[in-house]
Amino acid sequence: MLSLRRRDIVCQQAVELVTDYLDGALSRRDRRRFENHLRACPNCSAYLEQIKITIELTGSIQPEDLTPQARTDIVELYRRWRSE
Amino acid sequence: MEADAELLGRLRAGDEEAFVMLVARYQQPMLRLARSMVPSQAVAEEVVQDTWMGVVRGIERFEGRSSLKTWLFRILGNRARSVGAREPRHVPMESLHAVDPARFDRNGQWADPLERWVDESDDRLDATIWSPILKAALDSLSPQQRQVVMLRDMEGLSSAEVGAVLDISQGNQRILLHRGRSRLRAILESTMGKG
Repeated sequence: MLSLRRRDIVCQQAVELVTDYLDGALSRRDRRRFENHLRACPNCSAYLEQIKITIELTGSIQPEDLTPQARTDIVELYRRWRSE
Repeated sequence: MEADAELLGRLRAGDEEAFVMLVARYQQPMLRLARSMVPSQAVAEEVVQDTWMGVVRGIERFEGRSSLKTWLFRILGNRARSVGAREPRHVPMESLHAVDPARFDRNGQWADPLERWVDESDDRLDATIWSPILKAALDSLSPQQRQVVMLRDMEGLSSAEVGAVLDISQGNQRILLHRGRSRLRAILESTMGKG
């Protein structure tokens, strides 16, 4: 077992720091504690990886195509707006 | 999508095809964002249409200090706020935990090992497979979480840009993003058969 130093963080705290960590919003001290924890904890490393994959997959959500009707409608509006 | 500068030039010149391209790319994300800010689908559609009109009429004045995308979402955010008036100014206190507390032992450590998603060599992480699942998952977020996650993670806006579009503080934005991403991760995890 790891002996917990007083200022070490546990997994349940680490998962709450992930977003601030990725945004570079942690204080230098918290960042160090978080990274130290990560180095010692394969589960939290896996968790951070899962969050990164979640972000990546969210970024690759395929947008729906415009329907032909919506396209016609918007072109018609465009012509009206331009002529007004 | 072609580079902003070129597209902008074409839009200013009144190029209809350039405008249709812009609409094709942003209509759905804008509708989704508007829908989370106003009380009904009909109002959301009006807000989006109104935004397009603002784009057509304001393109001359757009100075290009922000990206075209951020400019679009800012117009949308402003219009939605002016008709919406239902957005609470506080961050709702739902789901306080990024991860279900039952997943941890009494020392706050993971009770069971976590699966490594990247080690899988099959196509479980194929974006086309996850698109419909993630879209449904996004709809299950609170409207405010959805707004932030969409703009940050789907559209790739910076934290400062999202702050300007939604008129919220960086602190609140980060809380909403954290809750939203955490929930999406949990949904992906349970869909993969774990958790």
